Amino acid sequence: MSVILVFLLVIAGFAGWWLSHQRLMGKPWLEQGLASDFVAFDRSALPTAKIGLGVFLAVVGCLFALFTSAYFMRMTVSDWQPLPLPRLLWFNTGVLILSSVALQCASVAARRGQVDMVRLGLVTAGLTALAFLIGQLMAWRQLTDDGYLLSSNPANSFFYLITGMHGLHILGGLVGLGRTTAGAWNGARPERLRLSVELCAMYWHFLLFVWLAIFALLAGWAATFVDICQRLLT
Amino acid sequence: MVDITPADGIPPAEVAEVELYHPRSWWTKYVFSQDAKVIAIQYSATATGIGLVALVLSWLMRLQLGFPGTFDFITPEAYYQFITMHGMIMVIYLLTALFLGGFGNYLIPLMVGARDMVFPYVNMLSYWIYLLAVLVLVSGFFAPGGPTGAGWTLYPPQAILSGTPGGQGWGIILMLSSLILFIIGFTMGGLNYVVTVLQGRTRGMTMMRLPLTVWGIFTATVMALLAFPALFVASVMMLLDRALGTSFFMPAISEMGEQLPHNGGSPILFQHLFWFFGHPEVYIVALPAFGIVSDLISTHARKNIFGYRMMVWAIVGIGALSFVVWAHHMYVSGMHPYFGFFFATTTLIIAIPTAIKVYNWVLTLWRGDIHLTIPMLFALAFIVTFVNGGLTGLFLGNVVVDVPLSDTMFVVAHFHMVMGVAPILVVFGAIYHWYPKVTGRMLNEMLGRFHFWVTFLGAYLIFFPMHYLGLMGVPRRYAELTDMTIMTESAHHLNSFISIMAFIVGFAQMVFLFNLIWSIRHGREAGGNPWRATTLEWQTPHTPPAHGNFGKDLPIVYRWAYDYSVPGAKEDFIPQNMPGSFGPSREPA
Amino acid sequence: MAVALVLVLIVVGSVLFHLLSPWWWTPIASNWAYIDNTIIITFWITGIVFAAVVLFMAYCVFRFRHREANRAAYEPENKRLESWLTIVTAVGVTALLVPGLFVWSRFVNVPSDATDVEVVGQQWQWSFRLPGKDGKLGTSDTRDVSADNPLGVIGGDPNGQDDVVVEAADLHLPVGKPVKMLLRSIDVLHDFYIPEFRAKMDMIPGSVTYFWFTPTRTGTFQVLCAELCGQGHPLMHGVVVVDTQQDYVAWLGQQQTFAQLSAPQQTGSVEQAPGKTTGLKIAAKLETAGAR
Repeated sequence: MSVILVFLLVIAGFAGWWLSHQRLMGKPWLEQGLASDFVAFDRSALPTAKIGLGVFLAVVGCLFALFTSAYFMRMTVSDWQPLPLPRLLWFNTGVLILSSVALQCASVAARRGQVDMVRLGLVTAGLTALAFLIGQLMAWRQLTDDGYLLSSNPANSFFYLITGMHGLHILGGLVGLGRTTAGAWNGARPERLRLSVELCAMYWHFLLFVWLAIFALLAGWAATFVDICQRLLT
Repeated sequence: MVDITPADGIPPAEVAEVELYHPRSWWTKYVFSQDAKVIAIQYSATATGIGLVALVLSWLMRLQLGFPGTFDFITPEAYYQFITMHGMIMVIYLLTALFLGGFGNYLIPLMVGARDMVFPYVNMLSYWIYLLAVLVLVSGFFAPGGPTGAGWTLYPPQAILSGTPGGQGWGIILMLSSLILFIIGFTMGGLNYVVTVLQGRTRGMTMMRLPLTVWGIFTATVMALLAFPALFVASVMMLLDRALGTSFFMPAISEMGEQLPHNGGSPILFQHLFWFFGHPEVYIVALPAFGIVSDLISTHARKNIFGYRMMVWAIVGIGALSFVVWAHHMYVSGMHPYFGFFFATTTLIIAIPTAIKVYNWVLTLWRGDIHLTIPMLFALAFIVTFVNGGLTGLFLGNVVVDVPLSDTMFVVAHFHMVMGVAPILVVFGAIYHWYPKVTGRMLNEMLGRFHFWVTFLGAYLIFFPMHYLGLMGVPRRYAELTDMTIMTESAHHLNSFISIMAFIVGFAQMVFLFNLIWSIRHGREAGGNPWRATTLEWQTPHTPPAHGNFGKDLPIVYRWAYDYSVPGAKEDFIPQNMPGSFGPSREPA
Repeated sequence: MAVALVLVLIVVGSVLFHLLSPWWWTPIASNWAYIDNTIIITFWITGIVFAAVVLFMAYCVFRFRHREANRAAYEPENKRLESWLTIVTAVGVTALLVPGLFVWSRFVNVPSDATDVEVVGQQWQWSFRLPGKDGKLGTSDTRDVSADNPLGVIGGDPNGQDDVVVEAADLHLPVGKPVKMLLRSIDVLHDFYIPEFRAKMDMIPGSVTYFWFTPTRTGTFQVLCAELCGQGHPLMHGVVVVDTQQDYVAWLGQQQTFAQLSAPQQTGSVEQAPGKTTGLKIAAKLETAGAR
């Protein structure tokens, strides 16, 4: 359970930082009148939707941290046999990076008000994300054809489970991306469009980060890394 | 006296870029509504409905335990199905949904001075997914083989094997699917509660001016958002084990002489994941209750809550600590015994902030002006039962004392007292307190007092003696207590007594339900602020609050939520949105 | 008034119930009187706190109940008082924790002269295995469980050949000798629990858990399963008999070893073993119950 505890420690760090700005040591009964002095600390200047997405991503991060924790706990049992990762995953990783880059471009274009560039970025991101999903499915096919079935080994089970869960999150993101793209064509208000594109980009970068982390986990590098950490500690 | 005057650069009270939703038809106003108040009522009604099912199930279990052998239709199979559904419904589908989905939705926007939740559409989805989860759960009763009988902890391997009712049928699949749906739905709602508190507060409403109710619900929601994924992960993995034959939790098993295809899985891994959710869950239920009861006591004792800052720190501290105590549910699970030292220590440390909260509640009563209204009665009863249940927690948290007591009726008595009876008493107190705001009418006083006395004394008489059955060694989750050398004749009599009390207490809830429905039309007119309370929900221009809560302009907050009996002020309460300074100079303590 | 009175009655009634009611723990039969003592300490501390809080509340309700022209005092906080209460609580909690951890360290550290006894749980019966003359238990694996080898002892392991196997029958233990119970399950979670011994521990398929104790008096004790293990859970009883050394040796002499049991000509005698089919009997009983 160490992975999730480290993750929660990071969350606790954020929470602690935020709480430290809330005058928890103040004496509210002495402070009558309009609290303008404190209002500066009060509400975040970020758009509400971004904060909402941030909280949601913390939950998603929690989910994947828990899968990772379970992975590490289960892999200590002797029946664990790591499966060879298909080469295709490298290609998929590249495609997903491309998708993230495209959305970043769209986000920059939205800030500059270049609607055409925004449209191009959104479409590229959508298509590459779809390509990533198809690539993942092909990797699954390849593995099952080679006899690495879901239930034949826990390493396989975790591979399908975690990649599947990540794919579902991409799929959910595509719904949001689709709506944003529709908005870009149907003439949504510029500030509205900009916010939507930025939200998509945020989500995409996060899922890219998650993908890189689970890729490292499934390839076995994460285990080596944890091993080194443990050796350094002991 | 720190008197602060308005200055430039004050952000607007309204939440930017969130447009208030307007219903266009009857359907979107009352059914597919995005108004948090309507969603709150939908959540509460659904939770109450499913809670009644769980109440009936508890009666059936008590029939079997109190009068063994009398009721043929309660087979061991049925008994385990009842016990499982009762536990799961009460903990998750009733208490969690009611405190966060019900009270959270109604009170957060009103108390922080917002027009609505920040993401109303997602909020609406949250309710409908919750309803779907409840329907999937209930469908277990009609599925072939019936619902699962694995106990609410759903421990594998037995949860998905044929020796357990519903293990190889649909029961367990429906249960896990329902949990997954609930978590998805809850996450949607939870985002709203958290972000509304972060971003939706009106001008002047700093975090330290929030009523403790909001602090409690806010912290509980943050915890729930981080804890529920653990249950999600455990459910998905068990679903794969059950449906597709993976071996996440399933080791090599020889079941009734037959070798199963699973291999190498770890049942302990499930327990870690389950309790990583399960322990915070206790506080997810308790923290809103803590917050609400603080406000009830303060309002009805006409005195500010004693030690507000300490109360806030205690809520946050309990919330954080509750993530590092989960394995105290696993002292006798066969995990590495050295974990016991760590988890016993963290568990007993968490008793300190909890005790501080109790002290501050009773110190609020000290030199107060105690109005013994029904909400106040329930608050007092909460303190009694919570202190009782909290103290027996010190038995079970202390690792070696837990060894003889775990898995006995002592545990059953403990958690019913501390997270069953105590929070439910707060729910009742809160309903008597806020019903006038929701409907505009008071609940009937006579029926209310009857309901209070029967529920409080009855519940205490059910669960206090039950501890002693556990001390004798009577195990929990026994469908029949026959053929046991430790069960004396008098212990059987005690069981019958407990069962009879359970029926009486259950009956009192029917009186309460009647009161709820009857008073909508026939209750005394309440007016806008019948309890003369300070917080913003009592200052709305309309009662019940209209769409958008606060009329044309949002209220501006000038003071904390607890200005009761301020020296020098004319009234014994000053609403949060009343400008001006009152009282003699309050020098720093 | 009435409320204050009821609160006082709750305290008085709870204390009287604790002192006078006939429901109390069973007479102890093992060395774990330490645990009982820790519980007694906990009862004292928590009892005092409970009485103090509720009586204080009763006093407040009586003394400060609403009367005309009453006004509450104004006191936002009192740092000194709160700090004192925190310190007193911390001291109380420490007084509970320290003896608890002290006893726990005894509980988890098995004395070196403890004899191994294996308990195997399955739906819904108990079996036992004692090391033979070599003093070692042979290794086992759930995969090797079969009708002839109900405990899954690995046949090729020489240590296992002389192990005494007690399938679905009573276990006997000598009084006064520490035993380490090695707990194993071949299907689901079970929990080996004898109220008189105070100790208990879950049994997990796929791993071996343990606890230890020393029986301190002779007698017959009922084994209960304390972890939900399916619908036969409440009927999963067993018997442990604590004997004097002589009686124990006599009983041990009548038991059969793994080698004897796995030899084909011996199968006839196995079926005579009393209570062999409890698990199946329970399953049959449940089936008739289900049919009703």
